[in-house]
Amino acid sequence: MPGPKSMKQPPRPLAFVNARLLDPASGLDTAGGLLAMDGVITDLGPQIGTNGGIPEGAEVIDCGGHCLAPGLVDMRVQLREPGEEHKETIATGSAAGAAGGVTSMVCLPNTDPVIDDVAGVEFIARRARETKRAKIYCYGAVTKGLAGRDLVEMGLLWESGALAFTDGVAAVGNARVMHRALSYARTFDLLVLQHPEEPHLAEGGAMNAGEVATRLGLSGIPPEAEVMMIERDLHLVAMTGARYHVAHVSTAAAVEAIRAAKARGLRVTCDTAPPYFALNENAVGDYRTFAKLSPPLRGEDDRRAVAAAVADGTIDCVASDHAPHDQDSKRVPFAQAAAGGVGLETLLPVTLELYHKGEARLLDLLAQMTCKPADLLGLPQGRLAKGAPADLVLFDLDAPGRIDADRLRSKSKNSPFDGRPIQGRVLRTIVDGRTVFEADA
Amino acid sequence: MTDDRDTPAPILYTHRHLLGIEGLSPIEITSLLDLADSYVEQNRQADKKRSLLRGRTIINLFFENSTRTRTSFELAGKRLGADVINMSVAWSSIKKGETLIDTAMTLNAMHSDVLVVRHPDSGAVNLLAQKVDSAVINAGDGSHEHPTQALLDALTIRRRKGRLDGLLVAICGDIRHSRVARSNIHLLTAMGARVRVIAPPTLMPSGIERLGVEPFSDMRRGLEGCDIVMMLRLQTERMQGSFVPSIREYFHFFGLDYEKLSRAKPDALIMHPGPMNRGVEIDSEVADDIDRSVIREQVEMGVAVRMACLDALTRRPESNRPADAAS
Repeated sequence: MPGPKSMKQPPRPLAFVNARLLDPASGLDTAGGLLAMDGVITDLGPQIGTNGGIPEGAEVIDCGGHCLAPGLVDMRVQLREPGEEHKETIATGSAAGAAGGVTSMVCLPNTDPVIDDVAGVEFIARRARETKRAKIYCYGAVTKGLAGRDLVEMGLLWESGALAFTDGVAAVGNARVMHRALSYARTFDLLVLQHPEEPHLAEGGAMNAGEVATRLGLSGIPPEAEVMMIERDLHLVAMTGARYHVAHVSTAAAVEAIRAAKARGLRVTCDTAPPYFALNENAVGDYRTFAKLSPPLRGEDDRRAVAAAVADGTIDCVASDHAPHDQDSKRVPFAQAAAGGVGLETLLPVTLELYHKGEARLLDLLAQMTCKPADLLGLPQGRLAKGAPADLVLFDLDAPGRIDADRLRSKSKNSPFDGRPIQGRVLRTIVDGRTVFEADA
Repeated sequence: MTDDRDTPAPILYTHRHLLGIEGLSPIEITSLLDLADSYVEQNRQADKKRSLLRGRTIINLFFENSTRTRTSFELAGKRLGADVINMSVAWSSIKKGETLIDTAMTLNAMHSDVLVVRHPDSGAVNLLAQKVDSAVINAGDGSHEHPTQALLDALTIRRRKGRLDGLLVAICGDIRHSRVARSNIHLLTAMGARVRVIAPPTLMPSGIERLGVEPFSDMRRGLEGCDIVMMLRLQTERMQGSFVPSIREYFHFFGLDYEKLSRAKPDALIMHPGPMNRGVEIDSEVADDIDRSVIREQVEMGVAVRMACLDALTRRPESNRPADAAS
């Protein structure tokens, strides 16, 4: 990819040596090295670094035996820009991503203004170019102004760079509108993502319905609200043949419905976020608003089912569901508090828990955060392969630590995982061959 | 004003605040009830005032209208000799952007000893308690808890029946939205009473049986053999089609009248936290039955219980106070 940059400065090859190479796309797990040039992976394998194989003048990075994997592709983040820059910006969000090993992220269109026209998509692309950290993409809204009525110019938005379409944190609740969205998306074979929650059943709810909500005197969102919306949509998917993706699955019933739909051959995929397999509704405890999420944290049976579905691959992807909120949005009575938690910097270590506990295979988990979301969204990254972008994360798989919300790079500190002991630490993050993050020694 | 007549009984209540009944031990509950009992007698004398809390400041902070509870706390504080300030926080100032935390900071600067707080949101009093320096009494938060109401109900029952243990209590009405129901469930089950809750399923919160109660949607069956019939207030906006089709239908199936009451024990007591909706959840005749209804007595016990709570939270020596108490 020769460009003006390479003419100014002769490109210097990069050589990562003494690494444990992990490529979930090919199943590679071996000691070796990786070469990159001009932002692209040029070679990798056990031969590099052991007996030569390092080009003249290369910058050599000794990985110390740690894991070198494709940079994470986080398919669900909210960056709050434009409109709520006091909570997060594309700059702070991508710094947080870099610290978490996330090299690509896709932001939701629920900004102000909403990303429902070409100008919105182009704004995100321009700001992403300016920040030069993680690669930032966006979804287009399904309906104008996220109002759930009129379809956006899906084709034009897609041409200008929107990867797929979703109404973000709101469900497309009207069955007729969803039917038309899925039908129309078929024109270009676009992916439509749904926030799975029957809006009327969930209305006014502050947390998962059940004993904990009843004790706290909070109105509940029945877990059935999730599977109801998914099952409705699955009928629409069957009618239209569209590509459909369920975001942040949180219940056993939803997992079952999706598993059955896949078995029937429907073009259905789904993701979840770490809180849904690492926490349950008890995290709300004494009205902890940082544990107020959407969908809400569920009961222990649902948490286990989600963890099992990540391990067996029924859940295709794991995304951070990064939702920054400032103090004023969270330091209020629970029912009034905004829903969501930051997650870019905790995505990798919390997901690795499933590996450390022996519940899931390392390469499978990495696939759910790299090549699988990349393939779903049509991105070339997310793999260690010759010719692929040199988007990499170097991490220590075993280093013990503890999540400290105050030390997060995100502008907002609303992590539901504050104080959680973790195992695994990002050492270095590389985007297009450039180091965008390096941990303190 | 009389001097303190006797050395105060030891109070086995060790928390910094009173935010709810859930989590209190039977010993702590009994201790508060015993103390309240002693104040009942004092309140019936001509000279009702003591100087126990002289120099202490109590702030009644009400984010929701309540004449009865606020007056009861005010009277309780004044009878113990404290200075009592009432602050009704207008919703306008909340809308102007002053947060609960801002309010807490303001109050800290006023050095109050006890803060009595009512708020329309569940958990708001807990949040405030984390931020203020003074002791906090929850005077009702959303649908969560109303601990002094449960204590005064328990005191009323104990004085009439001589015990709480082994009694069969029916709580009827809007269980879903009721903080009174939750506090009473926690207190009565902790003290060994059996509790039934009676409501149409639209007014029953999910998982209620996990709180150790038996749910009924047939009021006649639910009242069978009960010692105590506790009615709850149903807010009018909830019975025009949203949770209940109409007042008429609600009263027909869930209003307490003599016919339904006949299923309870002949000496069953009727209670209501007030204010009553006559003809909605309770028939006027039943409410005014001097042999059965203890509704007036509940109000009297309310003052004594609140005196006991103010006493318990202020009398404890500073050294007993855990620096960072959870509740």
